[in-house]
Amino acid sequence: MATKAYQRVYTKLEGITKATVSLRASGVSNDELALVGGKLAQVVRTKGDMVTLQIFSGTEGIPTNAEVTFLGEPPTLKVSEQLSGRFFDAYGHPIDGGPEIDGEPRPIGGPSVNPYKRRQPSELIPTGIAGIDLNNTLVSGQKIPFFADPDQPYNQVMADVALRADVDKIILGGMGLSNDDYLFFRHSFETAGALDKIICFINTTENPPVERLLVPDMALTAAEYFAVEKNEKVLVLLTDMTLYADALSIVSNRMDQIPSKDSMPGSLYSDLAKIYEKAVQLPTGGSITIIAVTTLNDGDITHAIPDNTGYITEGQLFLRADSDTGKVIIDPFRSLSRLKQLVQGKKTREDHSQVMNASVRLYADAQNAKTKLENGFDLSDYDHRCLAYAKDYARELLAIDVNISITEMLDTAWKLFAKYFSPAETGIKQALIDKYWVK
Amino acid sequence: MKTKGKVTGIVSNLVTVQVDGPVAENEICYIDLQGVKMMAEVIKVNGSTASVQVFESTRGLRGGDSVEFEGRMLEVTLGPGLLSSVYDGLQNNLATMTEVFLQRGEYTDPLDHEKLWEFTPLAKPGDKVIAADWLGEVKEGWLPHKIMVPFSFQGEYTVKSVKEAGQYNIDTVIAILVNSEGEEVPVTMTQRWPVKVAVKGYKEKPRPNRIMETGVRVIDTMNPIAEGGTGFIPGPFGCGKTVLQHAIAKQGDADVIVMAACGERANEVVEIFTEFPELIDPHTGRHLMERTTIICNTSNMPVAAREASVYTAMTLCEYYRAMGLKCLLLADSTSRWAQALREMSNRMEELPGADAFPVDLSAIISNFYSRAGMVVLNNGQTGAVTFIGTVSPAGGNLKEPVTESTKKAARCFYALEQNRADQKRYPAVGPLESYSKYLDYPEIREYLNETVEDGWVEKVLRAKNYIRRGKEASEQINILGDDGVPMSYHVNFWKSELIDFVILQQDAFDSIDALCPMERQRFMLDLVLSICDKDFDFEDFEKCRDFFKNLINELRQMNYSAYESEQFWAYNETVKKLTA
Repeated sequence: MATKAYQRVYTKLEGITKATVSLRASGVSNDELALVGGKLAQVVRTKGDMVTLQIFSGTEGIPTNAEVTFLGEPPTLKVSEQLSGRFFDAYGHPIDGGPEIDGEPRPIGGPSVNPYKRRQPSELIPTGIAGIDLNNTLVSGQKIPFFADPDQPYNQVMADVALRADVDKIILGGMGLSNDDYLFFRHSFETAGALDKIICFINTTENPPVERLLVPDMALTAAEYFAVEKNEKVLVLLTDMTLYADALSIVSNRMDQIPSKDSMPGSLYSDLAKIYEKAVQLPTGGSITIIAVTTLNDGDITHAIPDNTGYITEGQLFLRADSDTGKVIIDPFRSLSRLKQLVQGKKTREDHSQVMNASVRLYADAQNAKTKLENGFDLSDYDHRCLAYAKDYARELLAIDVNISITEMLDTAWKLFAKYFSPAETGIKQALIDKYWVK
Repeated sequence: MKTKGKVTGIVSNLVTVQVDGPVAENEICYIDLQGVKMMAEVIKVNGSTASVQVFESTRGLRGGDSVEFEGRMLEVTLGPGLLSSVYDGLQNNLATMTEVFLQRGEYTDPLDHEKLWEFTPLAKPGDKVIAADWLGEVKEGWLPHKIMVPFSFQGEYTVKSVKEAGQYNIDTVIAILVNSEGEEVPVTMTQRWPVKVAVKGYKEKPRPNRIMETGVRVIDTMNPIAEGGTGFIPGPFGCGKTVLQHAIAKQGDADVIVMAACGERANEVVEIFTEFPELIDPHTGRHLMERTTIICNTSNMPVAAREASVYTAMTLCEYYRAMGLKCLLLADSTSRWAQALREMSNRMEELPGADAFPVDLSAIISNFYSRAGMVVLNNGQTGAVTFIGTVSPAGGNLKEPVTESTKKAARCFYALEQNRADQKRYPAVGPLESYSKYLDYPEIREYLNETVEDGWVEKVLRAKNYIRRGKEASEQINILGDDGVPMSYHVNFWKSELIDFVILQQDAFDSIDALCPMERQRFMLDLVLSICDKDFDFEDFEKCRDFFKNLINELRQMNYSAYESEQFWAYNETVKKLTA
């Protein structure tokens, strides 16, 4: 970014913290970008003539006489068809050795869609994973995170889901991605031959943490371009939002703000909502669907980050290692897709929602039986049947390595019901039992 | 002359302004950002510096930008045409905005000025009137919308003239009043009112004396809410808060429903205005949307307007209450409103209370809940505002400031429980922790005895007792094992399961089960209690379990059948045989 000749250059910093600098300057606009000793920064606070700037790459080595020039505009991304198939850093500069993008600069983090102009999401996104399609069906225009412990294969599952989903563009926003994971995504996209519909904005662990704050807005600005102007179905993958929130707390802390729960800024809910609410089904057919990852600390969903996320997103997909089968499963109890009833039984077979509820209820009975077993009690015949069912159910339907159609999932569930239970024990509506019970 | 000012500081949406004249707390001002006028509200004044919260994004705002103060607080416009509208938190009509994206500084008129309304006078020349008295009425949908003496009028007025019946738009002067000084004051069909001030204009606010039916068994039967009452629904995410609230909105027995989507998901609001126009109000047979107003400030819309949205919604309800109508206000979620207060308090660097919330949070919440209630109007008729808010406790932990403050203010408590939701026992309202203080009101008991059946409240309490006994039994069974307890424990446990599955659980997505009228609720509770009152003995606990599972299945099929249909009676017959 070149400085313009007529711009005033400031050379006296009044204060420096790890993430911010402050100086006296006039005529500065809120949110505008600046260069501080050659590093990109953004105005976050004005108090009289004292301006505080957040330095994206950290303040290491910035002297008090560093040159400061204001650029007069908020962060922008140049948008055009040329974005397709390219890899960028958090500022939107290519990192794949290709040329700069030619296009119209758009301010990132722009205004939200008028809720009245939205349409109700109604298109099914099949993934082949029964833990998702059967129990927690995804719908275009939805926003949903994976809740996973750091040791779980969430990035792999997310890449599978993205590549199986029938969408026009896949935009990856990587925050604090390890270099290995970055290369994994790159490799999976390349081998799937899907590179032409991929766009990536990558901040790896090698990059400064505060830079991450730009990644979701960059990814979503690109997504809005394709969804609004090209009427495309766009899938945005954001990983890992926990690291994004950590970066928020760093900046807020350096600005001496009073932290709320778990040392997160009091505005965490609004900050996360601004990102997730970009998911939208537009009346013209374009849509933005967001699948994110929120890593947990030992499965703790009461921490401020997953907790606020859960209140914003339309459900969550909970990954858990299942001790019975030794596989990673999508936990049917803690997972939820809030939009599933918009497609279940409407875009899928009529028995979908009843089969889903019955299979989960029986799985819950198996958990109770397991508790009894652990406490050293005798099990009833029903308990034994539940336990056997739970094993089959976890292996054939909940495991993340399943890849079958929704009709096959429903048939599998009916097969398991008939194998272990009587029709009355499933509690399914009689009309459906008459039609689908495997005799 | 208007007070003017200059921007001196900006942190996110908190802006400090150097002013040249008097400003009032909560006064509205407009900040000029290169020709775009952005609305803001004064929240603190210190010397000649006012702190204002901006209802828009402050991106691009500079120190020195000019500000103009309006000399009034945040107001809404009240008049015919409010129903079936979709507004943002500041009462801008979202439907008349043209762009897909919300434009900064775009404020649209809440009411249609062209539309003609069929006006009928109610007052006549010479009448003595005071604020909120009815001068005439127009038909809004099927509701009689009263045109009132504006709430802001003080003292007594004499009606000089009232327009004859006819078709007029809302700006027509429909009456001329004369005040005590002999000055003539024209009155149109609209008036303005500051949202943060409660609308008075009624004679008294008695204790509520009847219940508001919702068609949801776990509310109407177990913990009914009074007409003009207050309740709240706290629960962790994913426990069915929204589904329950939508069920109440669809089925609630009220003339007017205002839904405030306060900092919640946009897709949920879309669901309302996609589905409601299709749905029929079970009480009147009219389209649901005709009685519904949506105040929509979704989580990505500016934070300050989020705080305003609940007040805007309450003011609309109070306006319709003054017409003698029954209003229901649903706010989802009041926690987001509290968080908006927290964000501002934080930016103003106030000393924080618990969890960094402002210290006056509790007072603000109870003040807001107190605006609900049943009132007796000046003409002796009654109107009511029933308020149900949801609370989203951080981490699902009910020991947090918003839940605790709300518990002090609301009379009904519907606790959504994670473990019930995990077991798909919806609605996940915990039967023992939840309560309705209205069940203790003698006037409500009397009302239920008269309208449902004699001794109803005792039956409800008896059902709760069965649930309590079942819970104790289940704890014992878990400790001592199936074989380690007497058979009566198993029977008690299964009796509580019977009540749970047949009365407490309800399928909100089934066309029949979703709405359960009071008469049907009475029938089912009587039936289930008559079974619970029987003594059972079984050879072993497996027989006990099979018997009750079978019974529950038949009773659930009954819930899925149309009331008093052939099928319904057939299942009833089977139940009778099973329990003979």
